[in-house]
Amino acid sequence: MRIAGIETEYGIADPNNPQANPILMSSRLVEACRTWAGENTARWDYGGEDPLQDQRGHRRERAQAHPSMLTDEAEFDENVGAVSLRKRRGSWEDPAHLNAVLPNGSRFYVDHAHPEYSGPEVRAARDAVVWDTAGDAIALAALAQYRETEGLDLALYKNNVDGKGASYGTHENFLVRRDLDFDQLGRWLTPHLVTRQVLVGAGRVGLGQRGEGAGFQISQRADYMEAEVGLETTLRRPIINTRDEPHAERSRWRRLHVIIGDANCFEMATFLKIGTTALVLSAIEAEDERLDSLVLADAVPAVQTVSHDITLRAAIPLESGEQATALEVQRALLAICRDYAEDAADHTLLAHWERILDALSIDPFSAARDVEWVAKLALLGRLRERNATRHDDGSTELLEWSDARLAALDVQWSRLGDGWAAKLTAAGQVSRLTDDMEVAEAMKRAPRDTRAALRGRLIAARPDLVDAAGWSSVVIDRDTDHGNLEVIHLDDPHASTHPLIDALATQTL
Amino acid sequence: MPQTHASGQPYEDDAPEPAAAPAKAENTDALDSLLDEIDDSLQVNAEQFVRSFVQKGGQ
Repeated sequence: MRIAGIETEYGIADPNNPQANPILMSSRLVEACRTWAGENTARWDYGGEDPLQDQRGHRRERAQAHPSMLTDEAEFDENVGAVSLRKRRGSWEDPAHLNAVLPNGSRFYVDHAHPEYSGPEVRAARDAVVWDTAGDAIALAALAQYRETEGLDLALYKNNVDGKGASYGTHENFLVRRDLDFDQLGRWLTPHLVTRQVLVGAGRVGLGQRGEGAGFQISQRADYMEAEVGLETTLRRPIINTRDEPHAERSRWRRLHVIIGDANCFEMATFLKIGTTALVLSAIEAEDERLDSLVLADAVPAVQTVSHDITLRAAIPLESGEQATALEVQRALLAICRDYAEDAADHTLLAHWERILDALSIDPFSAARDVEWVAKLALLGRLRERNATRHDDGSTELLEWSDARLAALDVQWSRLGDGWAAKLTAAGQVSRLTDDMEVAEAMKRAPRDTRAALRGRLIAARPDLVDAAGWSSVVIDRDTDHGNLEVIHLDDPHASTHPLIDALATQTL
Repeated sequence: MPQTHASGQPYEDDAPEPAAAPAKAENTDALDSLLDEIDDSLQVNAEQFVRSFVQKGGQ
């Protein structure tokens, strides 16, 4: 599979103090993560970030950018006009931008007012699941350390909404060829991003950005998608995000940054989210003209149409003048993607994709082990039934969708460690693709077949030499350099060996 | 689409059925003890929990 990676911003709250400052809590949590990791962490190298470069070829002026977009700001030097990244170790680190680069190749850090885990680069959808699940386990390990160090309680939520208007993201990244026309890519990928919700939505109680309408919908993120294409990620959120930071050789690669997806507590959802999207991208790279027949007439309202329709029967208008349901679009994409399977892992993905589409078509509730929104809806349904009002005339009224118990179940579903999704999984009611041993290993070790192996290996073996690390760089500080820092550029995300890093990692202290 | 559905899974939960439950027979599957726990937990503090769950916007 093409290179991919997942970033998760967790919801964060002190159960005993709802007013507690989320930036401070996130910062202390990252500090706790560093403590948990012992010596084996590194600072972040901001050298590779360029949040204002647009995939469509132009740059946004700094002065016109929303402050939340300036993710490189921590080390941006106004006078130099470029990113300055050669601060020495021991220099001051902004607590609001605290980072821990870990031996498994991931980055655990403060992003805005949330802790975020950015998983290492992977080359298989199943690996994306393994290292995503490992990220949850790392967050829980940091949480345990936080409780011990701070003497305070803390809860983390793997969701995307607070029901009051705020949304925070779970982003997927895919490496795609630079020579592909970006407008064409967006046009052909959008039908998949809009309709895959039925497979990978996490489910949400409440309709509208503030949950102003009562009811249930398929996706957490759908109501926050307000544009087809754009550079923003924190406002006017687009289905196709154009941020152009390839973290790889710019002349050859793009990094497609997908921001429409939900945070998933179900492994099968994460597996399908990454695997299906990677295959659709292969069809797009091959310029498969069959994709043209699936282009939507008006994508933004279609996101909400699909998300709000738990019957899965709503028709979406296509550009061709025809219309199709989300399941029909998914069936068509599955048929196209069969031609782009490259290995056994792709065929496994296709088999799950087909099996789950079949289940959703026949009886959505038969997919409850695999499809997160269905499992959540089933649990909510049982709770509504248990708490139904029974009238004297024998009629019953299910618990209203506006009842706080249902909204509470929805939020608590995603709580790391002891949330309802975790308990449902522990009760054997949820399909798993990983096992606990493998996840424990992935907390400490990077994937072997991407450059994450280099980053992870050096931080595991010689953290004393690492001044900072980023996606495409490792900054080395050696006594023999007489005060200079060496920046090792890792522009090929596929390369898992490097002469200098391999040599340094095997040197004994 | 119906909002409830008996799980297709084999009966795995040997916890005794709640005595006073007026519920239907299909309520006796593996989810029952989890639902008991959810019910107990949410009877107490659901409204306050929901009100106090406030996040800052992110990406």
